[in-house]
Amino acid sequence: MTTSNYATERETTEGRVFTVTGGDWDDVVSGVDPINEGRIVVNMGPQHPSTHGVLRLVLELEGETVREVRSVIGYLHTGIEKNLEYRNWVQGSTFVTRMDYLSPIFNETAYSLAVEKLLGITDDVTERANTIRVLMMELNRISSHLVWVATTGMELGAISIMLYGFREREYILEIFELITGLRMNHAYVRPGGVAQDVPDEAIVKIREFLKVMPKRLKEYEDLLSGQPIWLERTQNVAVLDVTGCLALGVTGPVLRSAGLAWDLRKTMPYCGYETYEFDVPTHADGDVWGRYLVRMAEIRESLKIIEQALDRLKPGPVMVADKKIAWPAQLAIGVDGMGNSLEHVAKIMGQSMESLIHHFKLVTEGFRVPPGQVYVGIESPRGELGVHAVSDGGTRPYRVHYREPSFVNLQALPAMAEGGLIADVIAGGASLDPVMGGCDR
Amino acid sequence: MTDSKPTSGGVPVPVTPAGATSGAPAEFPPSSPAGRGMFGNQGTGDTSGFGGLVRPRQPIEDSPRPYGGYFDEVRDALEEAYPAFGEAIEHVVVDRDELTLHIRPERIAEVCQVMRDDPALRFELCSSVSGVDYLGADARRLHVVYQLTSMTYRRRVRLEVAVTAEDPHVPSVTSVYPTADWQEREAYDMFGVVFDGHPALTRILMPDDWEGHPQRKDYPLGGVPVEYKGAEIPPPDKRRSYQ
Repeated sequence: MTTSNYATERETTEGRVFTVTGGDWDDVVSGVDPINEGRIVVNMGPQHPSTHGVLRLVLELEGETVREVRSVIGYLHTGIEKNLEYRNWVQGSTFVTRMDYLSPIFNETAYSLAVEKLLGITDDVTERANTIRVLMMELNRISSHLVWVATTGMELGAISIMLYGFREREYILEIFELITGLRMNHAYVRPGGVAQDVPDEAIVKIREFLKVMPKRLKEYEDLLSGQPIWLERTQNVAVLDVTGCLALGVTGPVLRSAGLAWDLRKTMPYCGYETYEFDVPTHADGDVWGRYLVRMAEIRESLKIIEQALDRLKPGPVMVADKKIAWPAQLAIGVDGMGNSLEHVAKIMGQSMESLIHHFKLVTEGFRVPPGQVYVGIESPRGELGVHAVSDGGTRPYRVHYREPSFVNLQALPAMAEGGLIADVIAGGASLDPVMGGCDR
Repeated sequence: MTDSKPTSGGVPVPVTPAGATSGAPAEFPPSSPAGRGMFGNQGTGDTSGFGGLVRPRQPIEDSPRPYGGYFDEVRDALEEAYPAFGEAIEHVVVDRDELTLHIRPERIAEVCQVMRDDPALRFELCSSVSGVDYLGADARRLHVVYQLTSMTYRRRVRLEVAVTAEDPHVPSVTSVYPTADWQEREAYDMFGVVFDGHPALTRILMPDDWEGHPQRKDYPLGGVPVEYKGAEIPPPDKRRSYQ
């Protein structure tokens, strides 16, 4: 039953007790003689404040110099892709939103775009729904970048920025709560549109946010940009050039900080991004400092996009007109929280048998999606977030695969960190902005 | 096909659940009912007649030319740059505005090399590598799908190879696209596709000592009935539900 490496067992009066210990650590160090060989192996994580969740790094050190980095992932694998195959297409939104928990709106949008492409209804998605998606995505991009600057600052010794970053993120989460009902795991963007319309109070709150945020950004930069410790810890640290990025598949701010202005919102637009005016910030050096500057500039660009999106938010439907796909009822807030609107319940329970049948069929069985496969890529805060969705013609996904930027980008850590100092492993890893929930799915 | 259960494994073969589903045998792996019937409970309980439905699966067919868009250019450029085109390319499919090239498995690394290096193609980025298990629909059931992106021309193309579960060998493309390293490990982990020439083909998401390949269609989800107030709740694929 047990191997002694992982769990020793002993009998007690309460029954058998297992002591689970740290895996294969003894095996890893047994081959190394730290005194004579001059190299030591250090295990960092999977529970370490600087590894962004449950990432484990096995570092081989010569003094303070890192000779080899091996990343061990999978600690947060929850089988979301497998689970998707057992629920209908609409229920998929609820699963994918939990992958990369710092950018749930992007997970949902990528999934919805893929399902819409399979259904062939990409052009039927209403203008208001697309505008809301853009609005939500850009808010989410800001909140994700804020968490990045907050945690990276903390890991490199700038504790104050952590408090400020999370404070503003909290503001965005409140906006999300107002719009979707939840701070995280929204399942708000659904195939065909969005779950419900944006309330007016939320617009007011977003406008306030737009007013406040530029000043706050200035505060962050006052805290960090001129600070000698921050500069020392980031400049010329963990450099990766464009060639390295492309070979290792690294996209997003890390690629742009190396100088290539590759942003899917510009190069392969979706959700109407081609109609918005914004710039793609880049930097030439490809170091942690450049990634910091690019992310801060991206927050400003996102504010510009949000402002444009608010201006063009015209009244209209937020779901496709096709009643065979659209959720049968708009959601509304009731005394016990969010649910089907009272009029809808009154209609299906009291007036229309057909409506009841339709509601029942759509909710229990779901809609059918014609067989085929598609790939959709969008620009998440971490890079290209791709969805490969396959349908066999049924009411459930046959296969959904997420090309997670956290997963792909993390491969670049050895290239950034080997040969450098051990402290720069932290800076390099943080600058990739990996989210293990997305990486392991 | 329908009886192929994991014979060994990290997950035990589920026993017939008692209680909640009134003893439905639920012998069929999840992919099978996707093509048959409506409710997933074969053999009993279903008096609606829908249980006899069979959904045919379309074979892969070549699309007629012209494909439209940049697809013709990509195909012609590859045909010109790669002498073994006729032998290596099995099908060219254009569907939903996406181009898919079905490649003979042993040729995939060569084709990727040409796709990356030819000046008329320039697919510099391998966006994604993923597996799909077409159990029951294709004799070569395990497919590996590569999404290539050309940043120069802003194009995408999909390469697809198919192998059998008995001989699941595909040449690794890591020498062409180093980014495929972890993604091939994931495909190996989840589907059991063996990438020959990969520098360190080990499991990546599942524990090292895991047995079986979880994303295969004949691998059950869950598999451990959970007891709740005396009744056994079967895993999701054994419950009665629309397919």
